[in-house]
Parts: sequence; C-alpha cells; structure tokens
Amino acid sequence: MSVLVIAEHEHGQLKPETAKVVNAAVAIGGDVEVLVAGHNVADVANSAALIAGVNKVRVADSAAFEHQLAENTADLIVELASSYSHILASASTTGKNTLPRVSALLDKSQVSEIVGVVDADTFKRPIYAGNAIATVKSNESQKVITVRASAFDAQVEQGACEVENLSLSMDNALSAFVSVEQTESERPELNAAPVVISGGRGMQNGENFALLNGIADKLGAAIGASRAAVDAGFVPNDMQVGQTGKIVAPDLYIAVGISGAIQHLAGMKDSKVIVAINKDPDAPIFQVADYGLVADLFDVLPELEAAL
Amino acid sequence: MKVLVPIKRVIDYNVKARVKPDNSDVDLTNVKMAMNPFCEIAVEEAIRLKEAGTASEVIAVSIGDKACQEQLRTALALGADRAIHIETDAKLESLHVAKLLAKLVEQEQPELVILGKQSIDSDNNQTGQMLAALTKRSQGTFASKVVIEAGKAQVTREVDGGLQTVSLTLPAIVTTDLRLNEPRYASLPNIMKAKRKPLDVIAADSLGVDLAPRIELVKVEEPAKREAGVIVESVEELVTKLKTEAKVIS
Ligand SMILES: Cc1cc2nc3c(=O)[nH]c(=O)nc-3n(C[C@H](O)[C@H](O)[C@H](O)COP(=O)(O)OP(=O)(O)OC[C@H]3O[C@@H](n4cnc5c(N)ncnc54)[C@H](O)[C@@H]3O)c2cc1C
Ligand SMILES: Nc1ncnc2c1ncn2[C@@H]1O[C@H](COP(=O)(O)O)[C@@H](O)[C@H]1O
Repeated sequence: MSVLVIAEHEHGQLKPETAKVVNAAVAIGGDVEVLVAGHNVADVANSAALIAGVNKVRVADSAAFEHQLAENTADLIVELASSYSHILASASTTGKNTLPRVSALLDKSQVSEIVGVVDADTFKRPIYAGNAIATVKSNESQKVITVRASAFDAQVEQGACEVENLSLSMDNALSAFVSVEQTESERPELNAAPVVISGGRGMQNGENFALLNGIADKLGAAIGASRAAVDAGFVPNDMQVGQTGKIVAPDLYIAVGISGAIQHLAGMKDSKVIVAINKDPDAPIFQVADYGLVADLFDVLPELEAAL
Repeated sequence: MKVLVPIKRVIDYNVKARVKPDNSDVDLTNVKMAMNPFCEIAVEEAIRLKEAGTASEVIAVSIGDKACQEQLRTALALGADRAIHIETDAKLESLHVAKLLAKLVEQEQPELVILGKQSIDSDNNQTGQMLAALTKRSQGTFASKVVIEAGKAQVTREVDGGLQTVSLTLPAIVTTDLRLNEPRYASLPNIMKAKRKPLDVIAADSLGVDLAPRIELVKVEEPAKREAGVIVESVEELVTKLKTEAKVIS
C-alpha cells in the first residue's frame, strides 16, 4: 500500500496544509509519497521532503503546470496513479478542482473532505453543512480523497527524504490561464492563523472592517467574513468562512456582527474558543459561543483594541 | 448555443438536518425540499445567456425519483425551455450522476453545461469536474463571472487566494459559485406557463450506466455538541476570561 499526497503550494512556497494532509496519509498507513506539480518548484519540493513520514517527493516541474490547471494536473496524476492505493489532496480550491477529475478518469468514486481516518477504507466526513458526520467505507480498489486540513495536525519535521525529478509534462489544448487577481495581505492566512476575527453584515461597509485591523494586529489574527459581508462587497471572496468558503479551526475565533447561520457555523464551529459580539441577544451565534458579548460592535471594538 | 443545466433536489437550505435515531442516515421525512442553491444560480446564468442572445436553448435536467420533477418545473418557470427527468430510485454517488449526465451530453451535444459547484446535502463538490473528465471537456469551476466570446468561455473563478480567470475552448463545463449572479423568482404567469413546457422522462436504466454503489454509508452521527457558553457583561470581563480561563491570549 502506498499513498500519494498532492502538495499544496503557491508562489513557489509549500503551504502548511500539506503537512496536515500527510498526517491523514500516515493514519491510512503504508509508504507516503508527495507529488509536487508546478513550475520553478524546487523550494516546494525541498520543504515537502522535510515533512515527517514522507518517503519520497516526486517533482513535475514544467511551464505546463505553472497555474495548476486541473486538466493538466489531472492527466499527470492519472499517469502516476497505478503505483498508489490512495491519492490525497487538500480540500482547497485547487484540490477540489483537480481531484474529482482524476477520480472520474480512473473510474473511481471520490470521498470528499474527510475529517477522520477510521482505517484504510473507512473515513469520517461532514455532510449537510456539518450537521451530521457520516462514516463511509469505500469499496474502490483505489481511493481518491480530499482532506479537510483543519481537522488534522501538521506532521513534524524529519531529515530530508529522497527527491525524484520526473520529466513529465501534460499540456491540454482545452483551457488556458488568463490572469489572476491576488488578494494582497500582510496578515497570516485564514487556514493557518491561530486567531481569526471575522466581520459580518453588521459591519455595514468595507471601511468599517478597519475596526478589526488593530485587534488583528495585536492578536496576530487573520481576518475573515460571512457570506453577507462578501456578497455586499465589503471584502473579497477569499475571506468568506463557511460551508462553501474556507473552513477554519483556530484556537480563538471572534465573530463580530455575524448572526450565526448554519452555513457560517459549518466553517468555524470546530474552533477551540469562540467569541461572539452581536447586539441581538437572540442571535444563533451565541448558541455556539464560549463567550458572548451583547453589545453594539461600534462601541466595543475600539474598547477591545485598547484592552489588548 | 445549447446550454444544459443539471439541477438537484435537496433539503431546503434553511432547514437544519437531523440524524435518524438509528444512525442509519439523515431523516428527510416531511422535510422541506428545494432546488440546490448553486443550481438556482446555474439556471439563472443560463437564462441570462438566453436573454442576451448567446444561448439558443436552455435544457434543465434532474436525476432522481419522481419528486425531482417539482424542481424541473421550477426551472421551467424560471425560463428553461424544456426539461429532462432521468428517473431512478437508486442512491447515487457523484460519479454515477456524472456518467448519466455524460450520456445525455452525448445525445444533446450542448456547448455549455452549467452545474452548481456543490450539493448542500452531500457537500461533495465533484460532479462538474467528473463530467468534464468523462466528456474530455475543459472545466471552469467555482465561477463568479462567465463571458462567452468567439468560441471560448472566459471564466473567472473564486479561488483560495483571490480570483483566477481561465479561457476555455467550447464545448465546456462550468460550475457556479455564490457571486455569479442573484437568481430571480418565478412569476405566477410563468409558473402557469411552465406546466405546458415539455418535460421528458428517461429511465436511468436505459442509459447503460452501472449504478451499483461503490461507497457504503456505515453510519451517520450528530457532530460533537459545544458546551453552552457564558454571556460576559463587558469588554474587560471578556479579555480577563480569554487570558485566565480560556488561556488563548496572553
Ligand atoms: C448555498 C449557500 C451557501 C452559503 N455559504 C455560506 C458561507 O460559506 N459562509 C457564510 O457566512 N454564509 C453562507 N451562506 C449565507 C448564510 O445563510 C447567511 O445568509 C450569512 O451567513 C449571513 O451573514 P451575516 O451573519 O453576516 O448576516 P446577517 O444574518 O444579516 O446578520 C448580521 C448580524 O449582525 C448583527 N448586527 C447588526 N448591527 C450590529 C451592530 N452595530 N453591533 C453588533 N451586531 C450587529 C445583527 O444582530 C445580526 O445578527 C450561504 C447560504 C447559502 C444559501
Ligand atoms: N441528482 C442530480 N441531478 C442533477 N444534477 C445533479 C445531481 N446531483 C448533482 N448534480 C449537479 O452537480 C452539482 C454538484 O453536485 P455534487 O458534486 O454532488 O456536490 C449540483 O449542483 C448539480 O448541478
């Protein structure tokens, strides 16, 4: 049994999700290999080689993989697939885009967004916006799986393992990269931050999100948002936390002016400690909050910043 | 240009799903059902393409038992030209759905298929990508903007780091994200008119796809409950509790 983990990377850097997906791979058992597909990704490969439990890193470095288009990456993974019993990727937008394509090309049913490994065939995964946890057993000979990284601990470091360079390139004629609009931020990423502070519709506009900045600076926090705040154009889409946005599980989650709809809770209710600030004492967010403050956010946010 | 829109009947998004006491599954008896919200966005996008003169025909398709004809009628009331019901009582995985849809794509030859990015019941997020693989087409997932021009679909995608735009050669597969559009409501006259629009039924078994389950549902449980918290009276009390009780800040 051998498990292949698809490395998650951006701007030539390995992303922290990868060490968490390797943790899931180690729980499944067998040899673990990591595939790095991209362009100019030597640093990514070297970082992946340091993740404890990884036996080998395989690198496909080619201009064809620069933008990680699903059509090209899926063909690459399928080319390598026969050596592996399990193929895992993070349930990031890249993993979600690519892995079902791989799965169908291999004629396998995929298991999406697992949060637990019971054994090599059996996994736990949330369904219905996390209102139920299903245990599923895959009878496929080869298992294609996406992993909710926030549900797994990162593997520690090891001495570097072998790095193998593959001279493979797949270039489909069907799709082409046009452009990217990258959200620039000095803050930690939502999925990696120990503290997340999120604003909702109660923030009223984009400028008011600045009220969260000082607090985030003091706590080393990432800033998130509800769907309503994103839809209203207060903040960019990549800040959305929830069932269909980012899933976070920080030590501390602070929800400000967020009502606590099922879909929002699905993205943050596994946080260790939850704080809610809302002027409506009946807001459902208080049902999951460890500490609730019933107050006008415009009064208390400056106070909170000063008190930290 | 023909546009095919696969839609799924699911639990209404406002309803909190409950687990059956015997832990065999989620209990859907007497639960309000509706069109999957991402499919509503897909239908809306197809209709807008028709209104803009880009699409010539919009076909809605749903796979499942008889009840999903209700959602197909909704799609017709919203502006789809005709509907196809692929009938089966089998519990389907996304791969099965994608294979059935691939058969239909072969028959209908749509230049564009617009699906939802995710069903809010299974939370799978698989079908569109699988259909693209099976039909050897390009894919533009999690779309927040679609522009059809000169045989290409220019798709802006909501990705973890921001927005990515790709250019797809038609025919192509697109899946919708929340910001693509704001779906309309069906008007009463259109709901009446929809009753006379064509709705064809095809037996899933007639399409020659093996629908045997590949993944077993072993059990379904309630998620771990959070302990009830406390209401604090002031910012000062909050900060003290976070420092000394929860110990999450210093
Ligand atoms: C298919 C689908 C997917 C979805 N996915 C997501 C998702 O991933 N993430 C997500 O977040 N949502 C998602 N939603 C939307 C979700 O259902 C809710 O509509 C959304 O979470 C509401 O956002 P909100 O809490 O900011 O807004 P509201 O529900 O409007 O709540 C605003 C809150 O702010 C409070 N408030 C207002 N002013 C103040 C003030 N001055 N001081 C203090 N409090 C104040 C109000 O009391 C209220 O509780 C999804 C919905 C659908 C249908
Ligand atoms: N039974 C079905 N009938 C029609 N379309 C479906 C069905 N199941 C899934 N789909 C389509 O595939 C999308 C994604 O579903 P999923 O991959 O199950 O999350 C949905 O939004 C629909 O557009």
